[in-house]
Amino acid sequence: MAKSALLKSSLAKKYWMALTGLFLCLFLAGHLAGNLQLIFSDASAFNKYALFMTSNPAVKILSYLTYFSILFHAFDGFLLTYQNIKARPIGYAKNNPSKNSSFSSRNMAVLGTLILVFIVTHMVNFWAKMHFDKNMPLQTITVEQMGQKMDYYVTTDNGKFYPADASQLEQMGLEIRNRTEFYNKQANVKMAEGYKDLHKITVAFFKNSKFGLIATLAYVLAMFVLAFHLWHGFQSAFQSMGLNHPRYTPFIKGFGKAFAVLVPLLFAIIPVYIHFFLK
Amino acid sequence: MSAAKNINITLKIWRQKNAKAKGQIETYKLNNVSTASSFLEMLDQLNEQLINEKKEPVAFDHDCREGICGMCSLYINGRAHGPDTGTTTCQLHMRKFNDGDTIYIEPWRSKAFPVVKDLVVDRSAFDRIQQAGGFVSVNTSGRTIDANAIPVPKHDADRAFEAAACIGCGACVATCKNGSAMLFVGAKVSQYALLPQGKVEATQRVLNMVRQMDEEGFGNCTNTGACEVECPKGISLENIARMNREYLKASLK
Repeated sequence: MAKSALLKSSLAKKYWMALTGLFLCLFLAGHLAGNLQLIFSDASAFNKYALFMTSNPAVKILSYLTYFSILFHAFDGFLLTYQNIKARPIGYAKNNPSKNSSFSSRNMAVLGTLILVFIVTHMVNFWAKMHFDKNMPLQTITVEQMGQKMDYYVTTDNGKFYPADASQLEQMGLEIRNRTEFYNKQANVKMAEGYKDLHKITVAFFKNSKFGLIATLAYVLAMFVLAFHLWHGFQSAFQSMGLNHPRYTPFIKGFGKAFAVLVPLLFAIIPVYIHFFLK
Repeated sequence: MSAAKNINITLKIWRQKNAKAKGQIETYKLNNVSTASSFLEMLDQLNEQLINEKKEPVAFDHDCREGICGMCSLYINGRAHGPDTGTTTCQLHMRKFNDGDTIYIEPWRSKAFPVVKDLVVDRSAFDRIQQAGGFVSVNTSGRTIDANAIPVPKHDADRAFEAAACIGCGACVATCKNGSAMLFVGAKVSQYALLPQGKVEATQRVLNMVRQMDEEGFGNCTNTGACEVECPKGISLENIARMNREYLKASLK
């Protein structure tokens, strides 16, 4: 009885909605901290961070938890919405819901669906490129030597130079395997790892002469949608988990609203900065 | 308060012959309605007019007409129990309306509250939820003790009393965009969970009442808070949170 109650009942669906939602709020905060490096840090640091985020085992566990949360949150949301629509087969000829509830609270399903669409396009544009794109460039730096400009790969092997020119690399007896790994061909030993240049991809995406402006505007719009979703969602999760207390609830609501405004705002500033201000 | 005057109004009322019939909105003109009359008296006046015209009067629920029985319902101009907050339909007066107004009157809309006729809906789903656990089992063989013999903290007694103020009118379901009954069930669960007499059966009560609520086909709460605003008795959302807590606790046992 109790076990099935924790999976199937209306309240159980609310618990899972709340838990996955709050976890995704944590994810948003972490993701934002990472993204802000695009403004406050340089390409090297950002790409190092990107490598860490795609290789560290602890992060990997968290990322799978995030994928699961997004999928479950969406699936649970669709299921709840379907049941809720079914609960009122005939609607009202005249309804006045703005008198008793907020826009956000009434449109969580629509806002959530838009966010899901955004997440999918966002993952195609960045996540999929980072993980699967065979043409993902490795980060290089340009060094001037005796009046000649030369490009070198930036690698985990600090201090050693790996020329970006393929023939020079070959001369040194090196080759790139698995897209990022530098191997000594003869000894068959991995010498270092290059950094996928996610920074370059990101900047190019938002600075693209054809679609950069559209991408930037779409991103900002998506953050508006996210803000509305969080405006209701954050405090709602606590209510669903049974946390409603005259002493703590005002703080939770206040924090939730600040979170709903600040996090999407900071996310949105990044592409705007890249498109309009980054040289 | 200004003196009563007579107004002319247009009514758009849901008419439905019986549970199986397909209903529709019908329009009626009603003249010389005193602003001092109550909303239900206005409907009585309409029915008198309809009877004189040899037409079927509008069926609507009412009983005490003083806001405590929970019988009157009506979705008036898009809001449960009309434009006022903290009142039932029977406590609504025509002074809230103006000459020439068009007033929509519809029944509660919920799969779990099927229309019986016109504006009358069957709310026995609430009774079945109540029967699933909304009680305290007491041995009534003659050796019952005085309820006041058990000390109850004032704070808890007040919260329980506030929850017990629920009259089961169904406005929460009607106004909820999801047709959810969680304010009602939350109030009924809380009313007992807060008192020592109710704690004994708390685990089974919340599991059974929520199960029955789900079986009746009510929707799921999304915390819009509309129910709390429209509830004529001001039942707080804290009761839904308490039910959520009680249920979580009971499920993990």
